[in-house]
Amino acid sequence: MKIKNAKDFWAGLMFLAFGLGFVVVARSYSMGTAVRMGPSYFPTVLGVVLAVLGAVILFKSFSGERAAVPPLAFRPLFLVLLAIILFALLLKPLGLVLSTFVLTIVGAYAGHEFRWKEVLILAAVLAAFAVLVFNYALQLPFSVWPAALG
Amino acid sequence: MELFGELALGFQVALSWQNLFYCLFGVLLGTLIGVLPGIGPIATIAMLLPVTFTLPPVSALIMLAGIYYGAQYGGSTTAILVNIPGEAASVVTTLDGYQMARRGRAGAALGIAAIGSFIAGCVATLLIALFAPPLADLALKFGPAEYFSLMVLGLVAATVLAHGSLIKAIAMVVLGLLLGLVGTDVNSGVSRFNFGIPELADGIGFVTVAMGMFGIAEIVANLEHREKREVFTAKVGKLLPTAKDFKDASGAIARGTLLGSALGILPGGGALLASFAAYTVEKKVARDASQFGKGDIRGVAGPESANNAGAQTSFIPLLTLGIPSNAVMALMIGAMMIQGIAPGPQVMSEKPDLFWGMIVSMWVGNFLLVVLNLPLIGMWIKLLTVPYRFLFPAILLFCCIGVYSINNSSFDVLVMTLFAVLGYVCVKLECEPAPLILGFILGPMMEENLRRAMLLSRGDPMTFLQKPISASLLAMSVFLLIIVVAPAVRKKREEAFQE
Repeated sequence: MKIKNAKDFWAGLMFLAFGLGFVVVARSYSMGTAVRMGPSYFPTVLGVVLAVLGAVILFKSFSGERAAVPPLAFRPLFLVLLAIILFALLLKPLGLVLSTFVLTIVGAYAGHEFRWKEVLILAAVLAAFAVLVFNYALQLPFSVWPAALG
Repeated sequence: MELFGELALGFQVALSWQNLFYCLFGVLLGTLIGVLPGIGPIATIAMLLPVTFTLPPVSALIMLAGIYYGAQYGGSTTAILVNIPGEAASVVTTLDGYQMARRGRAGAALGIAAIGSFIAGCVATLLIALFAPPLADLALKFGPAEYFSLMVLGLVAATVLAHGSLIKAIAMVVLGLLLGLVGTDVNSGVSRFNFGIPELADGIGFVTVAMGMFGIAEIVANLEHREKREVFTAKVGKLLPTAKDFKDASGAIARGTLLGSALGILPGGGALLASFAAYTVEKKVARDASQFGKGDIRGVAGPESANNAGAQTSFIPLLTLGIPSNAVMALMIGAMMIQGIAPGPQVMSEKPDLFWGMIVSMWVGNFLLVVLNLPLIGMWIKLLTVPYRFLFPAILLFCCIGVYSINNSSFDVLVMTLFAVLGYVCVKLECEPAPLILGFILGPMMEENLRRAMLLSRGDPMTFLQKPISASLLAMSVFLLIIVVAPAVRKKREEAFQE
């Protein structure tokens, strides 16, 4: 058997895995009865449904039209995620201004053109805007500068 | 008549200085972000949600609704001037709107889009005021079995109307339902699917999911290609359409409004479907269809009226039943819950100021859009010349701050990255993310109603078929599925989405 529709193949596999995953994890909770459903009842039913749907999609990918999965753009994906993760981890220790700089620089690096001067100006504008809007106008409790600087 | 008294109350609320200001602010902000390509209304609302946290509930919802139809409207400006849909519902507007712009008639296209949208908005607002109260009365009689069946119908309709493969859309809904169950089970207090992580005890925030799957995943998808934009800045031309334009477009506006209003009420309907359907209808009814795709004004007027009407009437199921009909409405439900309002039929009787204020504000907002946006068009065009390399870091920042500020939690921001990956993979595998969001919001509600219904019926699942309303809702779901799976309709549906 040869995979004809690679999109459906991977999608089916994904749904199958999610479905089975939920069923397996739900086994540790009590099932209850149809009258008094336990925490495991509904997710187990849904998990089975999802796994079955996934299996059908998977099965159907061996026939029908050909379709390849378009290539994933790993570079922007990786850099954008890295920028977000850094922002999340640095926001509390470094404050809003410096983490905005990190986010902007790493994030902008995911784009097609990267000029230091432009990016630094952009980061400064965004940081100023964020502090004005979120700290002052909306009164959200961000620390602006690193805690050590007070 | 009672209706006038209630509408008067609505005007009183919507026209207070404070609410007028937030309506204006929301409409402007929505247009601003809607104009920018590569960021749709879902991401826009999710991103701006924290801005409304500190407002009183009425103002917050008025502002969010304003953001929604402002974004809708801004999207069409981009479609006409740049040939890039600012958001999905304006895809069809690119077909004829952009061609009009190339012929130097961008102004007329923008003008007719605004006027058509306004007329559609007025009619749709009136329809909401007329139909919402009887529907809410009906919904008050609903028990858990009826609610469960209603949600089934809603989810089925959402998948039927989604792009692409039906079975994948159903799978996405089920996955959404499951993800919605993460967190503490209200009945037993057991913490489910949290992998021992205490932050997950309250479940995954819907803003986190929406922002990851729509906001961040969209950015990554956009960065794959180098941007090419050709903006018609030089010659927008006269904004007021000519008398002949009005004559040509009036029929299209009327048909678009009716079609859009009807499709907006359907679960899973809303603006996107409405605009596609309206374009197809215009092409069918036109005596001379040869100009479609080459700059026919009817091809702009019809879909633009329809998507605005659809955007508005999709509030009907939200306000009367407390059930979101599409992903944007799912976000509105989330916003209501954050404000401490339980969405459902009781909102109208318990908080008439909120209900009627919001409805009237939609009319006011539409009016503001016409009055303000036509003169501001120069500013929107300037905005369109801002390159994406400046925009996406800003979007990234607002997504992060938005998600963070809901619980002041860095953990939520990290969870968002997981959903960004999921969203990106789903796009690559042609699985629509919108049904997942809908399922995600409905997951806990569905489980709760299923449990209650089964408890009341002592474990007899026949209860769903014995109650007449519930049975007919389920019958409608089955009917919908059958007509879609039937080969003839399937072919038609594929054709409709091809265009």
